[in-house]
Amino acid sequence: MNIVVCVKQVPDTWAERTLRPEDSRLDRASVDGVINELDEYAIEEGLRLAEAHGGEVTILTMGPEKASESIRKALSMGADKAVHLVDDALEGSDALATSLALATVLQRTGFDLVILGSESTDARTGLLAAMLAERLGCPQLSLASKVEVDGGAVTIHRQADYGYDKVEATLPAVISVVEKINEPRYPSFKGIMAAKKKPVEVLSIADAGIDPAQVGLGAAATEVVSFSKRPPREAGTIVKDEGDGGVKAADFLAAQKFI
Amino acid sequence: MSEILVLAAHDGESVKKVTLELLTLARRFGEPAAVWLGSGADAARERLAEYGAAKVYVAGGDDMTDYVAAPAAEVLAALVAQASPAAVLVPSTAEGKEVAGRLAVKIGSGVLTDAVDLAPADGGAPVAEQSIFGGAIIVKSKVSKGIPIVAVRPNAVPPEAAPAAAALEPVTVELSDAAKGARITDRVTAERSERPELTEASIVVSGGRGVGNAENFALIEGLADRLGAAVGASRAATDAGWYPHQFQVGQTGKTVSPQLYLAVGISGAIQHRAGMQTSKTIMVINKDPEAPIFELADFGVVGDLFKVVPQLTEEITRRQGS
Repeated sequence: MNIVVCVKQVPDTWAERTLRPEDSRLDRASVDGVINELDEYAIEEGLRLAEAHGGEVTILTMGPEKASESIRKALSMGADKAVHLVDDALEGSDALATSLALATVLQRTGFDLVILGSESTDARTGLLAAMLAERLGCPQLSLASKVEVDGGAVTIHRQADYGYDKVEATLPAVISVVEKINEPRYPSFKGIMAAKKKPVEVLSIADAGIDPAQVGLGAAATEVVSFSKRPPREAGTIVKDEGDGGVKAADFLAAQKFI
Repeated sequence: MSEILVLAAHDGESVKKVTLELLTLARRFGEPAAVWLGSGADAARERLAEYGAAKVYVAGGDDMTDYVAAPAAEVLAALVAQASPAAVLVPSTAEGKEVAGRLAVKIGSGVLTDAVDLAPADGGAPVAEQSIFGGAIIVKSKVSKGIPIVAVRPNAVPPEAAPAAAALEPVTVELSDAAKGARITDRVTAERSERPELTEASIVVSGGRGVGNAENFALIEGLADRLGAAVGASRAATDAGWYPHQFQVGQTGKTVSPQLYLAVGISGAIQHRAGMQTSKTIMVINKDPEAPIFELADFGVVGDLFKVVPQLTEEITRRQGS
């Protein structure tokens, strides 16, 4: 089975993230990059499926040179190889353009399964998997908390408030996972050493056959009109429980007409 | 006046509140037309009329609800071609965003997600307000290409009645094979609950590390039920297995934006705040006065949740009884 896991490098969410005043874009330079957390679950699921059913796991990353750190980590977890799409012309791509670029590469590499985290912690649009599925003409198995592959069929548990839906499709398919699905492994020392020798194919948009007019900031279909720091909330009323904390809380709820 | 398509969220019988909110917002830009997939439109028509739907496009048939997201995107794409709407609004839920993503590719339009408000700019195009980076920054964005698709978070505005005709208009869309790729074969109900859906609820009561174990979540549930609220949990609580993962509020879980968010025993790391910071009113119960969650509190009680929560629940019961 040919499994491709899409991995995004994002700014660490523990750091303070901000937009650049000059172009309203995320200031990535000032913050450490890490693998988007939900993508680690996608990598783990890819590795488990390859271990159970045979096949190869390829990491696909679009992002600047620096994103190679995340690729190395994914390889040290056990993925077999990687494709790194890197080109200045991709900077500022929105979800539509990103999905176009990734779909173009996926059509070249071929795949049985594409696995992604259900959203990234930076933009958090949660759109990419659906856009990829649409572009690739594939079913999307979203919010997967369990994946089972049986021959050419794949069944997932799709998380819902009331429990889950069983959803089935035939391969090839796009799967987006939630964190309940597994516990991502830590890279072993052996894995870290082995990762250094694993092949990483670096592609420019010309190599990949992507039309420069379709990607980057110039092609973006959405734009930021303005942004501002959230004004600090007005200091609320904080009371210390002196045996009547619950009553005071009820007073507040009553004053706000919640009860 | 241009039409604004509103994808109706429903359970086959009744329409969800977010749909009424979207109809309310849609009136700022044109004439709202609800888009209903599957059965139940006849029963829901009156309510859609009350909240301003001039039309209800109905794509009936089981086909529409047996598959995930893709049928809705095909129906919306067909209606966009037919009606040339000024915008398409969908709920900013996982499913709504899945529809939006597919639709955006089909019609080559930009899409904005997680809008907490939507107002007309000069020229009338929608400008969405979004809250990013764990709620630290407020962004206003617009779609610059194609017919704007906007996914709006539940509870963005209170639904306002504005009676309209809600004329039912059947639409026939022959679904492509590609739209029938992900088939729902079974719906498995693990939690039998009368509580509102987490992302839709007007009030959410969440428990965190301070709750201590699974059994103690009964305290959180008891308070939630008194308030007609949904129950949420922090990642610390879901990771520990104290509460099911689908109720996790935060960066890797659900984002909620209720009228009232009550955080109990939750310290308020940025990863949690990312999921609840746009709540209108925030109440906190925590024994640690230094917990960062107090920075967000409109009202906070520094105290032992095992004393404060039962007293609060009892007090609400008493007041509701009188």
